[in-house]
Amino acid sequence: MPDQDQTPYVSAARPQRFSPDELRARIPGWGADLDPAVRPSVPRELSDGVPAHAHWRLPEQQPELERRERSIEHARLTPVFGTAAPLRGLSGRVRRLAYARYSEARAPHWLLLIAADRIEVVEQRALALAGRGTARPVRAPEPDAPTQRGEAHERQ
Amino acid sequence: MVYRGPYKIAVEEKDRPAVEHPNDAIVRVERAAICGSDLHLYHGMMPDTRVGTTFGHEFIGVVDEVGPSVEHLQPGDRVMVPFNVFCGTCYFCAKGLYSNCHNVNPNATAVGGIYGYSHTAGGYDGGQAEYVRVPFADVGPTLIPEWMSDDDALMCTDALPTGYFGAQLGDIGLGDVVVVFGAGPVGLFAARSAWLMGAGRVIVVDQVEERLAMAEQFAFAETVHFKQVKDVVVHLKKITDHLGADVVIDAVGAEADGNRWQHFTSTKLKLQGGSPIALNWAIDAVRKGGTVSVVGAYGPVFSAVKFGDAVNKGLTLRMNQCPVKRQWPRLFEHIRNGHLTPSDIITHRIPLEHVAEGYHLFSSKLDGCIKPVLVPNA
Repeated sequence: MPDQDQTPYVSAARPQRFSPDELRARIPGWGADLDPAVRPSVPRELSDGVPAHAHWRLPEQQPELERRERSIEHARLTPVFGTAAPLRGLSGRVRRLAYARYSEARAPHWLLLIAADRIEVVEQRALALAGRGTARPVRAPEPDAPTQRGEAHERQ
Repeated sequence: MVYRGPYKIAVEEKDRPAVEHPNDAIVRVERAAICGSDLHLYHGMMPDTRVGTTFGHEFIGVVDEVGPSVEHLQPGDRVMVPFNVFCGTCYFCAKGLYSNCHNVNPNATAVGGIYGYSHTAGGYDGGQAEYVRVPFADVGPTLIPEWMSDDDALMCTDALPTGYFGAQLGDIGLGDVVVVFGAGPVGLFAARSAWLMGAGRVIVVDQVEERLAMAEQFAFAETVHFKQVKDVVVHLKKITDHLGADVVIDAVGAEADGNRWQHFTSTKLKLQGGSPIALNWAIDAVRKGGTVSVVGAYGPVFSAVKFGDAVNKGLTLRMNQCPVKRQWPRLFEHIRNGHLTPSDIITHRIPLEHVAEGYHLFSSKLDGCIKPVLVPNA
């Protein structure tokens, strides 16, 4: 029995099914990045990775127009942040508690945030039923040719 | 699009985003894609996903307005935007770890900033909309090269670089046997990229027939349908000389199927930050001393990972969100010379008004959907 048939119970190289030439002929670009030096994330950390167009050392601070919740693991409010949905209602209070009291290392931090997600769905549905919802729905146009699967799309 | 709760997406009017920081740009979106990781949001798995927010971290468009400190973009420029929001100069960006920027996400220190990916990732609205706010406009976006198609540019904002990065994290060497879990867009790109790095065999594992067919055609891979084998790990060992793979790439992430208990506790009960089935299979299927690369998305809550096996096998585990902009110059070369053809995986184009249908189609893997692209004002 050849050694390779007994791998890994003997020290033999793994059998290769195709030669590099065969692979190069079959697969576009095979081996083009074989040299790790041409791989963009080698090395993992750069000594100076600052992009050419970053013309600041510390970015200007985005104005905090509403009190912005933040992880207690941060030393400060980050210079830039999203404002997609400020805290509101009961879910907002639960979220604020999660951020103010528990670090990202603590399970209550995440469990409170997940609970707040569910509370918010109920809150928003109740507000919508009471006519106080904020949604401005747009009615989707009827598809040209309704189908059971994949209506309103165009297959390439 | 607007998130209204798990499995509920609506099309609503929202105010046009405004410049909130001097280096912001407002981009009019021309194309946006739905990413597999958007489904984790859609399914309510990512903590602090707020009602009323807009998803979408893969998009290209035209600069509509710039803030007063923007020097290198102007209205009318056509740009591709990496999914990472990053400043370029913090401790981590200076090391090239753009996906780990410390200046853009007050909600968490473990996560960088990502467009449309919950407040856990910074609270930014995403690009599945007509307009989107793009912070650090001088750093993130890049002009779309004239020779590049819009579809290829769109795939360069996340799916392609993440797949390529996944292969890169594997430290693939000449003749290596590479197994990729997941034949979604990222897995397909990871498989295709593994060849660029000199792999000797590439094997893709999934359970969706059309995706496995795409893995064979697009990524030149051998395939394994994990529901058609009794034990996928044993099967993989058998077909890899009983050694296991040299490198395994987890391109599945949080919603892996294949183990009812793990799937139920993560996707239904939300007691795990993600179902680690693919990750555990990766740990078991890789050879001793091998490398597991993780680019599948997981939530921040703990997961039941088989860490003891990883220790006992002496594995190298490598993972990160992809620092997209670091990958671009090399990927542009590969696209230009035909080594990579990213737009080949786009299967559906959907008007933005039908985004809810798009999510349903993609989430349920109907109609052979592999990569849907949303087109505003189509």
